[in-house]
Amino acid sequence: MDHLPTLVSEAREAIQAAQSVAALDELRVRYLGKKGEVTALLKGLGKLSAEERPAAGERINQAKQTLAGEIDTRRAALESEALNQRLAAEKIDVTLPGRHQAGGGLHPVTRTLERIENLFTRIGYDVAVGPEIEDDYHNFEALNIPAHHPARGMADTFYFDATRLLRTHTSPVQVRTMKESEPPIRIVCPGRVYRSDSDLTHTPMFHQVEGLLVDEGVSFADLKGTIEDFLQAFFERDDLDVRFRPSYFPFTEPSAEVDIQCVMCSGKGCRVCSHSGWLEVMGCGMVHPEVFKHSGIDTERFTGFAFGMGAERLAMLRYGVNDLRLFFENDLRFLRQFA
Amino acid sequence: MKFSEQWLREWVSPKLETQALADQITMAGLEVDAVEPVAPAFQGVVVAEVIAKEPHPDADKLNVCRVSDGTGEVQVVCGARNVAVGQRVPFAQVGGVLPGDFKIKKAKLRGVESFGMICSASELGLEEETSEGIFVLPADAPVGTSVRDYLLLDDATIEVDLTPNRGDCLSVKGLAREVGVLNRLPVASPSLAPVAPASDRRFPVRIAAAEQCPRYVSRIINEVDLTRPTPLWMVERLRRSGVRAIDPAVDVTNYVMLELGQPLHAFDLDNLQEGIEVRMAGEGERLTLLDGQDVALRTDTLVIADASGPLAMAGIMGGETSGVSDKTRSLFLEAAYFTPLAIAGKARSYGLHTDASHRFERGVDPALTIDAIERATQLLMEICGGVPGPVCASESEAHLPSERVITLRKARLAQALSKTLADDDVADILGRLGMTAERVEEGFRVTAPSWRFDIAIEEDLIEEIARIHGYNNLPVRRPAARLALRPANEARLTQARLRNQMVARGYQEAVTYSFVAPELQKAILPEAVSPVLANPISADLSVMRASLFPGLVRALEHNLNRQQTRVRLFETGLVFEGELDALVQTPMMGALACGSREVEGWSSAKDAIDFFDLKGDLETLLALGGNPGAWRFEPAEHPALHPGQSARLLHHDRPAGWIGTLHPKVRAELGLKADAVLFEVRLDALGDGVIPAFEPLSRYPEVRRDLAFMLDEQVPVQSLLDCVKREAGDYLQDLKLFDVYAGKGVEPGQKSIALGLTWQHPSRTLNDDEINERVDSIVAQANAVLNARLRG
Repeated sequence: MDHLPTLVSEAREAIQAAQSVAALDELRVRYLGKKGEVTALLKGLGKLSAEERPAAGERINQAKQTLAGEIDTRRAALESEALNQRLAAEKIDVTLPGRHQAGGGLHPVTRTLERIENLFTRIGYDVAVGPEIEDDYHNFEALNIPAHHPARGMADTFYFDATRLLRTHTSPVQVRTMKESEPPIRIVCPGRVYRSDSDLTHTPMFHQVEGLLVDEGVSFADLKGTIEDFLQAFFERDDLDVRFRPSYFPFTEPSAEVDIQCVMCSGKGCRVCSHSGWLEVMGCGMVHPEVFKHSGIDTERFTGFAFGMGAERLAMLRYGVNDLRLFFENDLRFLRQFA
Repeated sequence: MKFSEQWLREWVSPKLETQALADQITMAGLEVDAVEPVAPAFQGVVVAEVIAKEPHPDADKLNVCRVSDGTGEVQVVCGARNVAVGQRVPFAQVGGVLPGDFKIKKAKLRGVESFGMICSASELGLEEETSEGIFVLPADAPVGTSVRDYLLLDDATIEVDLTPNRGDCLSVKGLAREVGVLNRLPVASPSLAPVAPASDRRFPVRIAAAEQCPRYVSRIINEVDLTRPTPLWMVERLRRSGVRAIDPAVDVTNYVMLELGQPLHAFDLDNLQEGIEVRMAGEGERLTLLDGQDVALRTDTLVIADASGPLAMAGIMGGETSGVSDKTRSLFLEAAYFTPLAIAGKARSYGLHTDASHRFERGVDPALTIDAIERATQLLMEICGGVPGPVCASESEAHLPSERVITLRKARLAQALSKTLADDDVADILGRLGMTAERVEEGFRVTAPSWRFDIAIEEDLIEEIARIHGYNNLPVRRPAARLALRPANEARLTQARLRNQMVARGYQEAVTYSFVAPELQKAILPEAVSPVLANPISADLSVMRASLFPGLVRALEHNLNRQQTRVRLFETGLVFEGELDALVQTPMMGALACGSREVEGWSSAKDAIDFFDLKGDLETLLALGGNPGAWRFEPAEHPALHPGQSARLLHHDRPAGWIGTLHPKVRAELGLKADAVLFEVRLDALGDGVIPAFEPLSRYPEVRRDLAFMLDEQVPVQSLLDCVKREAGDYLQDLKLFDVYAGKGVEPGQKSIALGLTWQHPSRTLNDDEINERVDSIVAQANAVLNARLRG
């Protein structure tokens, strides 16, 4: 009983010196186990007088608690140290690049076409498509371009035989849609078109989006509003200046070319706009009555407008591409820039 | 159409700077393509007279001249051979500056001092090619006058790109009319007073094709001298209009065409026999054109003929034999009205395009013929003298364009423009455009002018009013529409969805030409039949693609040649199959993969992709529709694909596409440096999805059994899978193929296929006996049908 303080301090030292959880467990058994050295002291209590016994029991129990607490503390410290070591060993270089598949991307023309389609479908237009090998009737006749019309010289046409050709614009889709459906008609027609022309600024194939709206009471003011809204939305420029220049297309009347303030120089004049401050971006007009007649639409009751634009041209302006031919080389170094 | 600003301003001259004038014309719908000074900047060049000329003492090719420039006489050394005493010449004085910032200084040439320079036309920037000698001015050029002033060089050439409807503006007169309308200015015209005939010479004219040529006006001018030079002012105006001077007869006809818009033709009367006949070409007739080309005429072609045969292709080009030369003494002048329909497309069909055909096919004012012939007579006589005969007109009134009277309804106009214009404004615009506008109850009864072939219906008038009022002065609004919902097919996948899936799998979208090289298509699809262009831009873009493979392979080649070794491309678009009369245009999606499976990186394997990589990508695409069971792959051979590594894709048992490794032979033929795997699938099949149908989740445990079969290596795994599914019963939830093995431990000619089967019952726990029964049945059937054995 008298050596309790010695025993406790000896045990404490041993606990502090323990280097593993297993060693601690051994110490717990040695001092506090059923046959442990401190537990053994309790058995010696019987030798004490009844007066001394409670106080001595109290001291032994306190010593047991103290040692048990120290063992727990030491165990926690050892465990934490072990975890830290493990964590340190498991350290990785988080700046190494992640493990991944290469991403792909849409072609800039598709990206542009989808953007245009989305702008229009959100306000109630449908997307319509049609064949690319067309006949003379749908590509020309029905659009008020009879044989030998000088306007046939406006588009250099690829022919297969006397009447079959590659469509020179997506307007035949309008004709087909008007024949198949009743007004109100609101469509955009994206797609490939073909003209026999190949130089720095022309490729024999390119993409157009044609739009058509036919309803009662549609006026030139509606056309102007639609085009202005579209161009400002497409270029995300609320203050983009848009102007309408009288022009001629056999299938619309009045017809207009649409110029926007140059998006490269904000109208100050640069190489892209030939120092005019303006860029020609699309053509449009009110649907010609002759076209309605071919499609069986009552020209007294309905009026409408149509517009058409080149997707490559808009993509070039939007993304700053300076060479049209890049669109069809499919060079990955080009395509990846639009992912 | 190019014209000189000064020339226009003689007719009408608004108070606008050149650029402002050009902008105004552009905004009226006559797009100005270019405004260019008629001569580059130079200064200090005056008209001088050559007073004396002596050979240079020390140089064979040089002369020492004395010239008088109005202020005094100076010595100048000149190398031109054509310099002569008495000439008036452009003389650059010391201190002057020639184009190209070439400063004229006092100089010594081979020891002789020279104070200035006698200039050639090219040195003044008036000719593009280097001139032969010095520019000899007319003898009456006033000495001392600035050459810029004398030649009126402070002028601009304005080039307008006219739309085909505005043939009426293919002349100074027409453009002036338009500028007059825009600026509310009167338009002056040169004198078109008749030239009194001085003889009674006539040449018979008979119109045999009145529908094509309702009017033919002619005149004989005898005793002309075509050796006389065309005056400088006319040469200059022609030059500024982009026309080269040739001889006085041609120059005058060109000049009048540019001025008034009426094409004229001059024949050498002495080469004409008996009389002129305007008729359609006969079968087998030929004509040698002015440009030397010998043409076989078609019977749909209008000709001017005489007793000997065709002399000219009417309204297009004259013939060689009847043309004028400097020996011509008598002219037969023609000013005709050929209808647009008679000429339209004809020039093009012969591969021709002339100033005359350009105008006639767009419509030349039939009222111009007499004015034009009088004007030409007047100008020709000023230059070449001559004795004019009477103006003779043959015409068929019935075939001349009838007066076009159009009703313009005020209500329609207001509706079309969303703006009500004052009646007076409308009448004013129409009036200035040369239309008579009679007011009637609903609006106006408008008569179109003879020169406006494009005005025939009410919309034509609405356009004119909108144009002159100014498109940009018209209101802007947004269309109103009923908010009607439209049907939307949920089961159908959009192309965008399919494209995005390919993008997510690492593919770049390509866009290749729809026409390809015939050899390329033949190498890939030897049997393919697809339309061939009659007029391709080049031979390698001449046949329509019957597959997306040729374009994708070309794109691969382009990238491989640029050190891009890992290529993943896809494309959507039409393919064209069959002869024109049985043509099918099918929307397809195609893809190509080449190079390493993974992007090069610190943790990636270096394996090259193979068939199953692409198949996996394709399967994720097929799964998008929610009904992968609709699709099957069956081994099949395709000429472009490796026969042992290709499959036909079936959608609901109908062929829908192909997948496979590029055939090594095709690869070698195309000279490709790497292996590639390709697929191509019909988009309509790809887009065919289903709407999800919910099945309740079972609360009972799953049972899994793994089975390994030994199978003949020639038997497709699909047969085993099909057999297992058939025998596994209704409660099979999942069937996984988790191992394929051949080699050590497996008999040669056999393969081991390990399958994981998972069953689950919706409403109870499955017991072992049931599952064992299924497994026994699977094993028995696999053995019976496929000779497959369970691996021990």
